[in-house]
Amino acid sequence: MKPFENVKSIVTPFDKVNVDTDQIIPKQFLKLVQKSGFGKFLFFNWRYDENENIKSDFILNDPKYDGSKILVVGDNFGCGSSREHAVWALDDYGFSVIISSSFADIFFSNCFKNGILPISLEPKIVAKLLQETSPIEVDLENQIIITSSEDISFEINSHKKKILLEGLDDIAQTFQFEDKISEFEEKSTVPSVL
Amino acid sequence: MGKTLFEKIWESHVVVEKQNEPDLIYIDRHLVHEVTSPQAFDGLRMNNRKVRRPDLTIATMDHNVPTSDRSLPILDQTSAVQIKTLENNCKDFGIKLFDINSPNQGIVHVIGPQLGITLPGSTIVCGDSHTSTHGAFGALALGIGTSEVEHVLASQTLWLEKPKTFEVRVEGKRKNPHAVTAKDIILSIIKNIGTAGGTGTVIEYRGEGIRDLSMDQRMTICNMSIEGGARAGLVAPDQKTFDYLRGREYTPKNYDSLVDSWKDTLKTDSDATFDKQFILDINDIAPQVSWGTNPEMTCNVDEPIPSSDEFSNGNANQKKGAEKALEYMDLESGTMIEDIKIDRVFIGSCTNARLEDLIEASKIVQGQKVASNVKAMVVPGSQMVKKQAEEMGLDKIFIDANFEWRAAGCSMCLGMNPDILSPGERCASTSNRNFEGRQGNGGRTHLVSPVMAAAAAINGHFVDVRKLDLN
Repeated sequence: MKPFENVKSIVTPFDKVNVDTDQIIPKQFLKLVQKSGFGKFLFFNWRYDENENIKSDFILNDPKYDGSKILVVGDNFGCGSSREHAVWALDDYGFSVIISSSFADIFFSNCFKNGILPISLEPKIVAKLLQETSPIEVDLENQIIITSSEDISFEINSHKKKILLEGLDDIAQTFQFEDKISEFEEKSTVPSVL
Repeated sequence: MGKTLFEKIWESHVVVEKQNEPDLIYIDRHLVHEVTSPQAFDGLRMNNRKVRRPDLTIATMDHNVPTSDRSLPILDQTSAVQIKTLENNCKDFGIKLFDINSPNQGIVHVIGPQLGITLPGSTIVCGDSHTSTHGAFGALALGIGTSEVEHVLASQTLWLEKPKTFEVRVEGKRKNPHAVTAKDIILSIIKNIGTAGGTGTVIEYRGEGIRDLSMDQRMTICNMSIEGGARAGLVAPDQKTFDYLRGREYTPKNYDSLVDSWKDTLKTDSDATFDKQFILDINDIAPQVSWGTNPEMTCNVDEPIPSSDEFSNGNANQKKGAEKALEYMDLESGTMIEDIKIDRVFIGSCTNARLEDLIEASKIVQGQKVASNVKAMVVPGSQMVKKQAEEMGLDKIFIDANFEWRAAGCSMCLGMNPDILSPGERCASTSNRNFEGRQGNGGRTHLVSPVMAAAAAINGHFVDVRKLDLN
């Protein structure tokens, strides 16, 4: 996984609550067997009409936000289906930071497996960032968001922070505990399926 | 202080524990399907890794499979590739697969319990959010992403932060348990706690209202835990649980001695405390119908659709959400639920396509015809459910009433196969998500129980099934 690098960009303000992963990446794109190339399908049914023409009133279609790397969204972002394709689509589109007042659990966990930083902030701070028009800077090392008017600190679990900053391969880390896993298996009372 | 059932299962599966970091948790059962696994197997190949415990891993194909004639080739080439990819991956990595022609094929959360793969006190994962279904057996069952699927394939473990505990106590007795079902209980719970009410928690469903339920019904409850935002949902195992799993194809040989050990341990201690609690009294609850675009947007069948103000309780974002939802659903607040006409009926999904669901729905359908303007289908949750239903003659009841009787799969719950709604079509669905476009772009989904869906099919609009003779 690529290590997370600090980001400076304008924010894409998407003021909607309970955005589910079916909206982030609709089911017709889950049939692909690779991880790449999902960006063009991000929010597909909101970005395009039934004839696949661009819907000009959807926020991602506003050229003002071209190149934005920071998505600011409403409460309970990423609820519903566990599809990691949602994170692959956000990543491939170019977002590397997602700011919300809360995230659904599986989506939140999926972000860290793909080098995306989800930041949870107080609803009133999120409301303020939804209005921010100047570029903001997200500094993970120092856990701070620098806006044109203030510095906003954010919380992150130290373990998750390390994973992002170093771009660690989870599985390689786990293999360091292989003897512990074997030990556990020896005393486990749960039988095999077969 | 005592411990909750969840805490006991968690603690018995910790492989590595570190201060202020996630625990490494051992996974006893890994269920794999075609949609969320290809990239995980690719990851293993790229790093020259193998599957650590193929004997704890079971695969089937459910999301993409056509539910029509299985002898015909799959027309959708991308679906066909995904299905073929799973076959190849299972062959390459030595994993047992129930393929499209297997009598054991079905929705992964229906076949797990049916085959005796799901066990009380175990940890179960699958790259699918409705893995919570298996919690009905007192298992800790978690939906995971594809990276985690790869991690479990490689190591049979996961790094997990310990969730908080949430007691949902269901008290009282339903006056008409054939009309007011497990689906109505779980929709009532979600209506109250909200779609994010359970975020960061594992729910334990407790109380008389849960103990009274059959295993099929408990699975319906646990299945939709994710719709309340919870990481998982579980029910402490009891005699019903132990009896259900006895003698199934993959039930362990030493089952009776396992049951003896589970009886003493797999329950929440009387002095244990939960981080959060919600109590639902079901003495007077009504059949539920969702009216919006998330499962929280649900009301009683004998009520009008609420106004966005009534729904949002002063929360501006929720109000906006409700207005948007009504617009998408082409509904107005104040409309009585029973006045809503429907175009399609879907009886299926991992929420409500088990044998008992089909039996209950068939009682409504028997001797009736589907309304002339309605297209209705039944998609059994597994090929085994299909076979059992056919042995009871249920297929004939549905077919005689002009329902389509299909082969097993996820089907129109998410419409990855050809079973989808057309734009603007309105569906009474026994599935779990009424998200925008979930059942087909522009489609409008109303979540209901199997009996409510069956009654809507016959009448062409929603009907309060409490008015019908269901006994």
